[in-house]
Amino acid sequence: MSSLSGDVGGLRLKNPLMLAAGILGTTGASMRRVALAGAGAVVTKSIGAEPRDGHHGPTVVRLGVGLINAMGLPNPSYRAFQEEIDTARGGGVPVVASIFGSSPEEFAEVASALDADGFELNLSCPHAKGYGMEIGCDPGNVEEITRAVKRAVSVPVWVKLTPNVTDIRVLGLAAQRGGADAVVAINTLKAMAIDVESGYPILGNVIGGLSGPAIKPVALRCVYELSGALEIPVIGVGGVSCWQDAVEMIMAGAAGVQIGTALMGGLEVIGDITNGISRFLERKGWSLEDIRGIARRLG
Amino acid sequence: MRFRPANLVIKDVIRETASVSTIRFDRSLDPTPGQYIMVWVRGVDEIPMSFSAPDSITVHAVGDATRALCALRPGESVGSRGPLGNGFRLIGENILLIGGGVGVAPLAFLGEDAKARGIDVTSLIGFRCREDIIFLDRFRRLGDVILTTDDGSAGIKGRASAGLSEIDPEDYNQIYLCGPEMMMIDIIRRWREDASRIQASINRYFKCAVGICGSCCLDPEGIRVCVEGPVITGDRLLESEFGRYRRGPSGMRESCY
Repeated sequence: MSSLSGDVGGLRLKNPLMLAAGILGTTGASMRRVALAGAGAVVTKSIGAEPRDGHHGPTVVRLGVGLINAMGLPNPSYRAFQEEIDTARGGGVPVVASIFGSSPEEFAEVASALDADGFELNLSCPHAKGYGMEIGCDPGNVEEITRAVKRAVSVPVWVKLTPNVTDIRVLGLAAQRGGADAVVAINTLKAMAIDVESGYPILGNVIGGLSGPAIKPVALRCVYELSGALEIPVIGVGGVSCWQDAVEMIMAGAAGVQIGTALMGGLEVIGDITNGISRFLERKGWSLEDIRGIARRLG
Repeated sequence: MRFRPANLVIKDVIRETASVSTIRFDRSLDPTPGQYIMVWVRGVDEIPMSFSAPDSITVHAVGDATRALCALRPGESVGSRGPLGNGFRLIGENILLIGGGVGVAPLAFLGEDAKARGIDVTSLIGFRCREDIIFLDRFRRLGDVILTTDDGSAGIKGRASAGLSEIDPEDYNQIYLCGPEMMMIDIIRRWREDASRIQASINRYFKCAVGICGSCCLDPEGIRVCVEGPVITGDRLLESEFGRYRRGPSGMRESCY
């Protein structure tokens, strides 16, 4: 079997497939379960400085092509989350804490209070006022927040970017200037759905973020653009549902791949994807390094 | 498969007690007993509700969404997703239902389904007081009924567990529970040896109801209650957080009382 292990954004992973932030990441037990199902790393639900209940429901709209969600950053705050990270570590793979805040100081406060194997900065959630993409669309903020967290911690810091901008490379370059060890692209695309029976917007928060197969071509394009513009690694996320999707991400230049919405079909998809990548590399006689960014070299 | 919220028109709102109402829809949703639907009260919230019959839910008005639901009138409608979850599995020829409060609702539905299949049904149902009793006639039509009330105003005085002395769990192929968490865990612990033959319908905080947000996951296995439940066997619950703590909407641990 071809080895899938390698360095991804400063972490040594047994395979490049990770659990994406916001998916099965509220409890340590569920993250451990995802790790035991074969993920190379897990990323927690985004954690902030104060407890938040999140938005009223409906919080998700299921579509044939994906999912729109507006959870609203529910979390118990960093004060109640360390034990979940410790439990998740029982899965034997790195646990990356996704964190959010409204300022560089708040990000640094949350990061310095948590013991995790890495941090992923949520500068891209499209449905929480004053957080996520509301501050993460501004390259100055991205750079400053990244720098503040890098100063506060000694583990790798990744920056998750929003695709809801004209040129995502500008945000990636800002994260790189701030000292990020990797960027993660993409968060969800701003979206909504309306109930035709009543005219009501379906989501409690009206606006949410689209994930799933519908956004994979957009995510792939973002990974392609970022990997051409940045020196630091790019981690691809957005609509990956099968091994071919993951291989595409790697061929676009991704150092690692995250999976989220596809877990709706069951945790077995993790093993299906990693096994699929292995078999593919074996059939072709290629290594992960051979295919990483190959599309950039060819097109 | 249908993904968008389905529109459910309300045919009847039946007041069962001062705070419990049955909402009957204009059509059957063909659920398995123990399954639930996410009911969207437009402009308010979306909440999970167990079926009390193929075409109805029975709602205890305790929060914004449940109160708004009980205030709806025939001809008005709600959005819905479902039926969702696993539901109860009928096993054996002789079953026992144990319910507390509004938790008896899915058990009445289960019992009627079981009886129609020729299964013998015995019920133990508990309420706070005579005024809170619901579905007593439905249970009596199924078979023997043991009734308890906390204040003794009807049946045996005490919690549902006060009726357990009248019952030998060995007499039943399968035991079905739905009610307050501490009532259910108390019974599962007392009948520890029979826990694998107990199926309990449990509550956790559901948000997505599609098995990915993680808010309903049960320690220590990480069981996704919204898709792998809400019916979980007693042996798995004995080893879990159930009866010890639960998590609220933020993910913070809370008491399960």
